[in-house]
Amino acid sequence: MSEIDPAAIAEQADVPTEPKQASHEVGRARRRKEDARLLTGRTQWTDNIQLPGMLYVQFLRSPMAHARITRVDVEAARQLPGVVAAFSGRDFAAEQGSLPCAWPVSEDIVIPDHPPMAYEEVRYVGEAVACVVATSRYQAADALEAIEVDYEPLPAVLDMNEALTGTSPKVHDQGNQAFTWKFGQGDIDEAFRDAPVVIDRTYVQQRLIPTAMEPRAVVCTTDGQSFTMWSATQIPHILRFLLAATTGIPEHMIRVIAPDVGGGFGSKLQVTAEEVLCLLLARRLGKPVKWTESRSEGNLTVHHGRDQIQHIMIAAEGDGRIRGIKVDLLADMGAYLMLVTPGVPLLGAFMYNGIYKMDAYDFACTGVFTTKMPTDAYRGAGRPEATYALERAIDELAHELKLDPMQVRRLNWIKHEEFPYTTIAGLTYDSGNYEAATDRAMALFGYDKLRAEQADRRDRGDPVQLGLGISTYTEMCGLAPSRVLGSLSYGAGGWEHGSVRMLPTGKVEVVTGSSAHGQGHETAWSQIVADALGVPYEDVSVLHGDTAISHKGMDTYGSRSLVVGGMAVLQACEKVKEKARRLAAHTLECSPDDIEFSQGAFKVKGTSQQKTIQELTLAAFAAHDLPDGMEPRLDADATIDPENFSYPHGTHLCAVEVDTETGQTKIRSYVAVDDVGRVVNPLIVEGQVHGGIAQGIAQALFEEAVYDAEGNLLTSTMADYLLPSAADLPTFVTDRTETPATSNPLGVKGVGEAGTIASTPAVVNAVVDALRPQGVHDIQMPCTPERVWRALQ
Amino acid sequence: MPRIAVTVDGIKYEQDVEPRLLLVHLLRDHLGKTGTPIGCDTSNCGACTVLLDGKSVKSCSVLAVQADGSDVVTIEGLATNGSMHPMQQAFHEEHALQCGYCTPGMVMASIDLLRTDPDPSEEAIREGLEGNLCRCTGYCNIVRAVKRGAQNVGATS
Ligand code: FES
Ligand code: FES
Repeated sequence: MSEIDPAAIAEQADVPTEPKQASHEVGRARRRKEDARLLTGRTQWTDNIQLPGMLYVQFLRSPMAHARITRVDVEAARQLPGVVAAFSGRDFAAEQGSLPCAWPVSEDIVIPDHPPMAYEEVRYVGEAVACVVATSRYQAADALEAIEVDYEPLPAVLDMNEALTGTSPKVHDQGNQAFTWKFGQGDIDEAFRDAPVVIDRTYVQQRLIPTAMEPRAVVCTTDGQSFTMWSATQIPHILRFLLAATTGIPEHMIRVIAPDVGGGFGSKLQVTAEEVLCLLLARRLGKPVKWTESRSEGNLTVHHGRDQIQHIMIAAEGDGRIRGIKVDLLADMGAYLMLVTPGVPLLGAFMYNGIYKMDAYDFACTGVFTTKMPTDAYRGAGRPEATYALERAIDELAHELKLDPMQVRRLNWIKHEEFPYTTIAGLTYDSGNYEAATDRAMALFGYDKLRAEQADRRDRGDPVQLGLGISTYTEMCGLAPSRVLGSLSYGAGGWEHGSVRMLPTGKVEVVTGSSAHGQGHETAWSQIVADALGVPYEDVSVLHGDTAISHKGMDTYGSRSLVVGGMAVLQACEKVKEKARRLAAHTLECSPDDIEFSQGAFKVKGTSQQKTIQELTLAAFAAHDLPDGMEPRLDADATIDPENFSYPHGTHLCAVEVDTETGQTKIRSYVAVDDVGRVVNPLIVEGQVHGGIAQGIAQALFEEAVYDAEGNLLTSTMADYLLPSAADLPTFVTDRTETPATSNPLGVKGVGEAGTIASTPAVVNAVVDALRPQGVHDIQMPCTPERVWRALQ
Repeated sequence: MPRIAVTVDGIKYEQDVEPRLLLVHLLRDHLGKTGTPIGCDTSNCGACTVLLDGKSVKSCSVLAVQADGSDVVTIEGLATNGSMHPMQQAFHEEHALQCGYCTPGMVMASIDLLRTDPDPSEEAIREGLEGNLCRCTGYCNIVRAVKRGAQNVGATS
């Protein structure tokens, strides 16, 4: 065998001896690397996967909101053509475990047993009670009809207030209260004592269905010993860990792959019954199995979002200065506590003070069981709810005092020179400039001109009235410092992992522990690495979403990927450079201190001698002449734990025309100025803001999951649960101010949830503002034409 | 089982199909054309949109037998000589996709939109794409992309 000749390899691979990367990548509007496969139909969705001998799974689901299961007979289904097996929940009772809740928020929390397939009692419509495994999708679906189930009906529990009365039927034997959680700072009684103004409002956060466009899908295969699962999930790492914990299958025998995933918005941040059962079915049958959800099945059984009743009180001085805020929440958990169900309201608990200063704050939350689909994280998780109640109530305060709503905000918000600022909720906002974002938004919006038009329409008694809505928001994201998560009883940490693999030809493979599903990590991470290592953007590839490739990770949620995951990648790059510097010094026969790095080359200071990072990578690979003790690779890993949350903020302004005769609303203009810190790729940021705003508007005007009096979901199809289409939404005007975060080296803050958090109150404030002269103070979301019209009667 | 003949992206297939088989399942499960995804079961989302004899249809609302003798073009058949269709290119340029799940349907519906309105206004684009839902983008960049795509298509034809 001939010896490796580095010079030959270098020549063949075109290893540069001059640095190739010149311009800055971070900050550039790069078109995305991901697009090529997504645009040409070569995407790898989970449902695309076909394996030899694969079987198809379908679940039979409860048509009852609450019932005792008295008999399940799958025998007739077993006899049908193509059917390989059929099982009831009881068939898996001994091995299926209980679906995990990772966030036991309080000592008194009730975490009921949650079998993936019910076998004693069902507690929401859609809960799985039996399954069929067949050789085709259609045969599996046919066979469901042959399964017989007898139910003994139990009373549905649907209303949170009623559920907490002593006379309510119980969802679980332990009662309907899941937990209470309280938090406060400052003297709240003092703040409210003799307060010149008290605003006292109750808002309803309707239940929403997250509706990622890709329905869930799971494929699981086994070689008799180990298991590989593909799942449309946001959390391959957490899923692997919890599949092991739930089923007892050792963690190292499970590999989880999240291939291309078609959106999540929190809905795929879950360990689902179907994932656990596909794993167990693959084990029992020794064959690959696939389950793909239908949309109607998904509306019933993908966890829902929001569903809170918010009681908020503000005590203020006569001039509008806020003294204190008091919040009391009821949060609908649904029938069980899933992965972070009880933690969602807690993510809002530190946000009801928003960007404002005050002397006292008090928060209490009660989690309530009902016979509905469990709730859990949905884009923003807790923070949109908080921002909504606060920004709505601030408008009420302004109205009460006959002040312009922006004036009240300016009076109370943290001034830019006051950062870092520790809020009444105990968070330290590292940076921000609310004045700058607001001034920019007001100018783009033409606030004063629109106010003049509003006055004119009011004077004329125009049937179409104009309303202006404001939302000056902040959020905590970049989840999260592990010690803070620990103090809130969350079951895991908030760190993230990244690795950088230097390939012999000088190309770079980056592995990230966060798992993208539309956010553009492959592009943004390439930009970060290109700058950090001085390599061409095209020379970087980014791998993610497979526990065998990305061995550590905390996955994607809470606008954390860039702020935590991106920083882990950056830190791994720094380690690569430190090794390369040592090797350069050795090769160029100088001290590492005499080496300076610039744009991909390590130079001896004051000379023209240099080695490119690609040359050094190849030298490390050949390993013929390394410094003593240096291992033959430049690759590096980093795991970082953020020191603080990050706090994007911004000002969103919305103008809505309301037809007082029909109740029809029309968004006339929407301006968003967000400050997400330094921006890696403005194109991606703008896209995230657009999508976020659309989802927030959807809550304000269109969407609601509705259960009837028996606990049937009336909005179980896409024909009933109305997602806005292009025709329902306007073009958004977006801009940014840039106040870098001080808590990470790139100054980034995260942008995944900002638009959703900000937009809902901006829209509803605008609708209510239009109708104030008619005595309207609130319209329950979604503000449909019917609800608006009724409010006017 | 009826036997059908259908051309998909330029290749002729003859296939025995169950009478109830949906065109989208024929494409995905039988012909391996997984570029066309499924987003709903009520013909609302448009993710499954393909061109059937030149006109866009939701392939989940067409039976495979109805496509007998027809010519189907999916997202996989748009590129020519290795370069993307001008509409695909425009979606890329304008960042009109995030997760990309709605994208095949959006692109096919947009191409069909230009058939009847080669230079659509913003309003015409928004109305024309009403049957295609996207959860990620808020549609702004899709509207921009269709405008640019119209220009690109105009320039190349
Ligand atoms: S899958 Fe065909 S319209 Fe939704
Ligand atoms: S890009 Fe995700 S649904 Fe449109």
